[in-house]
Amino acid sequence: MSGYLESVLVLLAINVILAYAAFLPMVAGQLNLGVAAFVAIGAYSAGYCSNSFFVHPVPAALAGSAVAGIIGWLVAFPILRTRGIYLALATFALNQVVQGTILNLDVVGGASGYPVPAHIGFAVVAAFSLAVIVLVFLAFRTRFGISVTAVSDDERAADLMGLSVRGLQSAAFTAGAALAGLAGALYAHHFNYIEAQNYGVLFSIYIVLYVLLGGTQTVYGPLLGAAVFTLLPELLRGSAAWRYVIFACLIIAIMSLRPQGVILKRSWFSK
Amino acid sequence: MVLEIRNLSKSFGGLKVIDDLSFGVARGERLALIGPNGAGKTTVFNLITGVYPADSGGIFLEQTDITGLPSRYRTRRGLARTFQNIRLMAHLTVIENVMIAQYARAPSVRAMLQPVGFGRANRWRAEARAALAEAGLEAYAGEAAGALPYGIQKRVELVRALAASPHVLLLDEPAAGLNPAETEALHQVLEAIARRGVTLVVVEHDMQFVGRLCPRVVVLNFGCKIAECATGEIHADARVREAYLGSEELA
Repeated sequence: MSGYLESVLVLLAINVILAYAAFLPMVAGQLNLGVAAFVAIGAYSAGYCSNSFFVHPVPAALAGSAVAGIIGWLVAFPILRTRGIYLALATFALNQVVQGTILNLDVVGGASGYPVPAHIGFAVVAAFSLAVIVLVFLAFRTRFGISVTAVSDDERAADLMGLSVRGLQSAAFTAGAALAGLAGALYAHHFNYIEAQNYGVLFSIYIVLYVLLGGTQTVYGPLLGAAVFTLLPELLRGSAAWRYVIFACLIIAIMSLRPQGVILKRSWFSK
Repeated sequence: MVLEIRNLSKSFGGLKVIDDLSFGVARGERLALIGPNGAGKTTVFNLITGVYPADSGGIFLEQTDITGLPSRYRTRRGLARTFQNIRLMAHLTVIENVMIAQYARAPSVRAMLQPVGFGRANRWRAEARAALAEAGLEAYAGEAAGALPYGIQKRVELVRALAASPHVLLLDEPAAGLNPAETEALHQVLEAIARRGVTLVVVEHDMQFVGRLCPRVVVLNFGCKIAECATGEIHADARVREAYLGSEELA
């Protein structure tokens, strides 16, 4: 496999994990604009583990994911007290805080970036990505899957059905944070260099776009969204400077033609 | 008493919508809560199910004080309801709506992680499908609930409420918007539910429907109880007549 193809496929695998990281809270009705913060937390804490404690990169990646999940769980309580646009703004602010903190953290290189020499190869990244896909698919076949959708449909009614709205929302938020952390940790160990500048809100918005483009109604949506977002700019590479213009126009076209996302539930067609 | 309301009061701003209301419902009873529009009937349901906190007074389910409990714990204790304006989860299918309610019977993290999506063999899915079939709704199982006609949605909401295996079922205007044939069918369904031992509390304007289903009524006006009597006797009550004066609802 050529180096170029491999790096595209690694990005695809990582972007799929990222798409599910944004998808999980979104299905529970939360627009998380701070996904990149958890990516950074996962990347830096996994990198720190393998650099400073000489932990093998795979357990280090899992540790990074766990740290992101725990921090996600802790911030879920205050953040989930807010609703709608305020929740989006709170996660936006969280992204700024985390990014700013890392930029000032000299122990992980601060603004000059952080090299992570321990390497995770393509096969392992792909295996993690597949495992995440399988786990998410299984999760949405459980009561949890229909319950989070119920919560985003009608919180009040979900509560009256006996569901713990706050519990489901914080579970979805935490799981999303852990996945974001995993994606960050894999990225750090594959590309061996991370920079806090890259984990800004713009990156978070990109991840959210994967999901919105693919559709939030089914678990297939984020998969398609991540694939399109990763592969399309590469396919448009021929048109050099114009490729991002074409890409942006395509996104606007899809959003206006199919605002629910590309992939819909089957039952929606039979209306 | 399976459900007891003691001196319940609720104000919205300066407006007292429920004023020192007390009544009880015996196990297996069918009680109707009637009164003119704006009398506070739905507010009583919202207080009982915890949608609104009560200002004062108490709500007791099976002798347990549930006044301060969040809604979900009341549901898990065997209280289920339907809504005046249907509140199905629009993006879930009909069968998923029913399966959502099953959780209240045995809530736990493990129950939350139970698979419910794998085909017909799944226990929970099969049970939901059977309940839908019993209500004649099996054909709609896979449809998005939000896309169905009003009458069907109302029936689904009833199946969903029952999926929680409630001891007490609160029905908010179950016959509203139904034609005579549908109303008759609903009557049969509710009779069958009552025969299973489920206590029914019904808010309803259709007095003929109430007369057949519920032997006893509590009459509300401006948030106060103005009568509590056998359904056949309300026409004789002067205060009830006064409350309804000029209205044809008791005709």
